[in-house]
Amino acid sequence: MNTDNLIQAIAADAGSPMPSIPKRALAALAVGGLVSLALFLATAGPRADIDEAATSVRFLLKYVDAFALLIPAMVLCWRLARPDAKPGATLAGLAAPLVLLALAVVVEMSLVPSDLWMKKLIGTNLLHCLVFIPLLAMPPLAALIAVLRDGAPANPALSGALAGAAAAGLSAMIYATNCTDDSPLFVASWYPLAWAVVIGIGALAGRRWLVW
Amino acid sequence: MRAAIAGDQAAYRRLLADIGRSVRAMARSAFSRARVGDADVEDVVQETLLAVHNKRHTWDGGPRVAPWVGAIARHKIIDAMRRRGARRAEPIEDFEAVLAAPEGEDPHAFSDVERLLTKLPERSQDIVRSISMNGQSISDTAKRLVMTEVAVRVALHRALKALGETYRKSIA
Repeated sequence: MNTDNLIQAIAADAGSPMPSIPKRALAALAVGGLVSLALFLATAGPRADIDEAATSVRFLLKYVDAFALLIPAMVLCWRLARPDAKPGATLAGLAAPLVLLALAVVVEMSLVPSDLWMKKLIGTNLLHCLVFIPLLAMPPLAALIAVLRDGAPANPALSGALAGAAAAGLSAMIYATNCTDDSPLFVASWYPLAWAVVIGIGALAGRRWLVW
Repeated sequence: MRAAIAGDQAAYRRLLADIGRSVRAMARSAFSRARVGDADVEDVVQETLLAVHNKRHTWDGGPRVAPWVGAIARHKIIDAMRRRGARRAEPIEDFEAVLAAPEGEDPHAFSDVERLLTKLPERSQDIVRSISMNGQSISDTAKRLVMTEVAVRVALHRALKALGETYRKSIA
């Protein structure tokens, strides 16, 4: 079959492309997030004093942080699904959750006496956090990768990593409901580590499945 | 491209032919600068055309289609050169610089697509062949195979997608 023949066949399949990646990625994140939420409610569930916690700034800050990871990661992820896309300034947005955490740590250190710092940092749920955040990130990550397979990312590993970051942000928001360690000292020490695990898995998945 | 997405087959054919010519010129010059033979230039062209088609929903619909097609072509050319062990040193010239370059297809080039086609189910092969080589329309093909036009369309669509994917697998 020569190229002209191939063009004939392709042209006969003109019209009706798939819906755009952002739309489907958002749907994937929503579906994956719901699966994670169901898993979470079936296993860990929200902490007992959730009503009281919901009024604490430290507790709410965990959501703000995770959200600050989710949004830029998601936007970059669907932008880079196009072959001709450049990351641009949004890449700097990925630093937002870390900057927020760093600021919170400074404030926390000025409020809490220094002999309590280590205790706050270690917290009570360290392993729990390091296991749950990556686990709950898997459904949205898998759903995102499945959608991104129809994309054309110039850098598959990067796109996979970004999908991982978005999934990690979502998963951290779900898990934060259970986690009783609200001190920014704890959050800044362990949440990013859990995110890094998911981002690494995402990058590997990207290299494996997003190459086109 | 807009007309193609709207379903205008003639416009799509013209666009694909233009893209094919430009990619052929790009690939030829990239291959010669990297000193790899140009035996599979036509494979890169066909692979790029399939990718343009199968990934057309990633075009942003902006005023120009060339940067997007250029990115796909570069991706496929670099890929092909890596496969042949070329170190990636030479920059690939801009897609727009070779737009409408008068490059003809080498009629003797052996095509990978033909080989990959044989890996698809027989019915899909038949559909692709009758539309591509025998120039039958979708409705003729449907009548001959006693299928609905929609079914032929779907089968063709799937076959093109599978061809794009087997390309990947065949080189992995």
